[in-house]
Amino acid sequence: MTAQELSWFALWGATALYAIAMIASSIHLARVADAKVAAKKLAAVAAGDSGVGETGAAQATPASARIQVNDKANGIAKATTLVGALLQGVGVVARGFESGHVPWSTMYEYTITGTWVAVVVFLIVQRKRDVSYLAPGVTGFATIALGLGLTVLYAQSTGLQPALQSFWLVIHVSIAIIATGVFVVGAVATVLQLLRDYRDSGAGWLQRWNWLEATPSASKLEALAFRLNAVGFVLWTFTVMAGAVWAEHAWGRYWGWDPKEVWSFVIWVIYAAYLHARTTQGWAGRRSAYLSLIGFVALIMNFTVVNIVFQGLHSYAGV
Amino acid sequence: MARVKIDNYAYRDVPRLGFTGWLRWMWRQVTSMRVALILLILLALAAIPGSMLPQWPQAPSDTQAFIDANPFWGPLLDATGFLDVFGSAWFTAIYVLLFASLIGCIIPRVMVYWRELREPVSAAPSRLDRYEPVTEAADRDPREALEAARRELEGSGPLRWFTGYRVRIDERDSKRADAGAELAMSAHKGHVRELGNLVFHLSLVGILLAVAAGSLLTYRGQALIVEGDSFTNAVVAYDSYEAGALFSQDDLDPWILSLDQFDAQFGLDGNPLEFTAHGMLTEPGQEPREVEAQVNRPIQVDGAKIYLQGNGYAPRFTVTDSEGNVAFEGNVPFLPQDEVYTSTGVIKVPDVTDGEQLGFKATLLPTAVASETGPISVHPAPTNPEIYLQAYTGDLGLDDGVPQNVYQLDESQLSPVRGDDGNPLLVAMELGETVTLPDGLGTVTWESMPRFAAFDLRRDPSLPWLLAASIGALTGLAMSLFAQRRRVWLVVPLAPAGPDTTSGSDAVPTTVVTAAMWAPDHDTAARHQVERALAAATGRPAADPSPEDS
Ligand code: HEM
Repeated sequence: MTAQELSWFALWGATALYAIAMIASSIHLARVADAKVAAKKLAAVAAGDSGVGETGAAQATPASARIQVNDKANGIAKATTLVGALLQGVGVVARGFESGHVPWSTMYEYTITGTWVAVVVFLIVQRKRDVSYLAPGVTGFATIALGLGLTVLYAQSTGLQPALQSFWLVIHVSIAIIATGVFVVGAVATVLQLLRDYRDSGAGWLQRWNWLEATPSASKLEALAFRLNAVGFVLWTFTVMAGAVWAEHAWGRYWGWDPKEVWSFVIWVIYAAYLHARTTQGWAGRRSAYLSLIGFVALIMNFTVVNIVFQGLHSYAGV
Repeated sequence: MARVKIDNYAYRDVPRLGFTGWLRWMWRQVTSMRVALILLILLALAAIPGSMLPQWPQAPSDTQAFIDANPFWGPLLDATGFLDVFGSAWFTAIYVLLFASLIGCIIPRVMVYWRELREPVSAAPSRLDRYEPVTEAADRDPREALEAARRELEGSGPLRWFTGYRVRIDERDSKRADAGAELAMSAHKGHVRELGNLVFHLSLVGILLAVAAGSLLTYRGQALIVEGDSFTNAVVAYDSYEAGALFSQDDLDPWILSLDQFDAQFGLDGNPLEFTAHGMLTEPGQEPREVEAQVNRPIQVDGAKIYLQGNGYAPRFTVTDSEGNVAFEGNVPFLPQDEVYTSTGVIKVPDVTDGEQLGFKATLLPTAVASETGPISVHPAPTNPEIYLQAYTGDLGLDDGVPQNVYQLDESQLSPVRGDDGNPLLVAMELGETVTLPDGLGTVTWESMPRFAAFDLRRDPSLPWLLAASIGALTGLAMSLFAQRRRVWLVVPLAPAGPDTTSGSDAVPTTVVTAAMWAPDHDTAARHQVERALAAATGRPAADPSPEDS
């Protein structure tokens, strides 16, 4: 088997496994949610039975009845995600061997490496704490992005253009990809935060989404999203600065408002606004969450729309 | 006076300021943070058109074409600055306001920070009930217990200012009902975070200043050198040259760069693999040295850098006029038009002894093959080079005194040379060939095909400052986002806790240690700090953090 075939099969395998992981983790989420809702009802009934006065019993019930769910689905989700990530790692490395340089110089390569990093970031967070509620979002994103990458963006590997023959390609782009991966997980947490927040404050259409009960409270999700976005932001700052250093080396100017540079700047400013909004009264919570999502959309735009539509010095990174 | 504390997470949880202080703090936060926030959002929005519309500084010809193609919108957008967004009045206004707001915000914070660092940290709250206190008994003297906790929290080693807490211990009267004296320890961490924040924001100002200084002190020029030729660093020698207001031409060092050879390697598919310019650099008063320029590896000279920006072919021609005199001899740079280096160039022959001036428009195909639409090039390497010439006679317009583009022929006073069939003549040439023009106009010989390299020269003395400010910003940012902001309080009553401890003189006293802490929501690891402080105070080993505390 050639490196090319190996990469191809491994990546398709990973895509399939992520799809399974997405389904399994969604089932798990739904079960946890059902159990939580059931526990709540039980508590309410217990409170009703034992009389309104006895609040002690009512409080004790949900806490003591540790929510028990069948962990099979979660086990499947975890295993498929892990094996998927390993397979995808093989696919990414094989692509590197096939092309003879780091696998992130075209959109296709950027996509396969970026989604891989997102999944790995998720797995790292998961080692430390139970974040199974993020799993459907992250694996769903990975399935779609990888699938689109393999079908739409796939490009034969070529040699590196002289402008890309620099160790800054390794530094600048790898950090950009890692930042993107971290922002992906942060954005998933933010979406959950918003959904949960609206549900808790009584938004009608969300009351049917019982699976949201399986997520932590909106403020916990906000805290998690902030930690991820903070890491992403520092990495992105580094990306932009390293890009400027590289541009100075390759093109003789560190900043020239090339479309890619404009968008990197826009992304940076939006996330900076998000960080300020978090600490501004009236903006903390939902509004700052929206800002971070706008930043995330800009991030995705930066390497899809900007690559394809706008002409600039970066356009060799194109399809 | 209520001290104004700039403490951004604290407002939800720690109301320790007096009413007026709180109001002033609110005013400060709400006004300036909100304004900063809105300006940031505006800045992001304002930058976007700069990536969607053609911009004068980046693509002048595209911009002109855009204006020509959109007779209504083009001039309107141009007049309102949308075709030079980053130089427009409104974009400038936004970032100048933002930086004004930034400076107005950061200077008072620096003062407050400076004062706070020199004062002791604020005392522990009189009641810890609000902060989920934890209580534990220790077989130790109260002072001993608190000193142990202090050592734990302050940390040790040369970096302890960065890693540890700032601590204060007070002896005071307890506010609880069973009053008595108590020892209260208050430990704060957050000075590193705030320092990072200040360093970050000040570094942003530094970046702005460095960029501004750079635009005044920089110079940049473009020069094209053909293999075998050389270039002397002087303003007149550049094809284009621009300099900041504070740069003086006298500062140009007259070094000489010669291009000995230009290596270009292409893959089979025509993709470029490597470009290297080999040359010789002679600086005044120094031995010539060999230099090499590649796309990512500029040549360093006298504080400036010489970047390899482009390359192409510069075929060498000899043109004789009707009398047989050499009217032109030289290399003519052809500009590549596509990936396979289909290149176009212009030969102007003003010095004919007799008759009208001659001009040629030429297209070079490095690897020519026949196709249905005529000959095309299929690869950038000179495997089968062909040139197609169109000749013109008349007045080249060189004497009008208007500077001319060397890559364009002004056809207004020229007429094409026609062949026998009356159509404009198109001459195909191979390398080394001499063609004779009709009507006794003379001959054209394609002598050789050297390459040229296009260089971009730039000196910007602000670069080291810019780099320093950027590193400052990055470090400050990491500090301000990753350093923790935590408060830990430990309180121990000074009176012995139980009647039994008074019984024997050598009995170990029992001390009840109460510990509590405050940290922002996202700092989930903070709770474990209480455990570590308690463990130190009571002299037992600390438990491992639970998975949630990370
Ligand atoms: C060029 C404009 C500005 C940029 C790019 C910028 C960027 C940032 C960034 C990236 C952070 C995150 C660091 C952190 O959260 O600690 C931050 C925090 C902060 N900025 Fe700015 N800033 C700007 C202007 C301002 C202005 C005008 C103010 C004054 C109101 C300000 C006040 C703050 C404060 C108080 C924080 C700390 C928030 C916190 O506690 O996390 N910034 N800024």
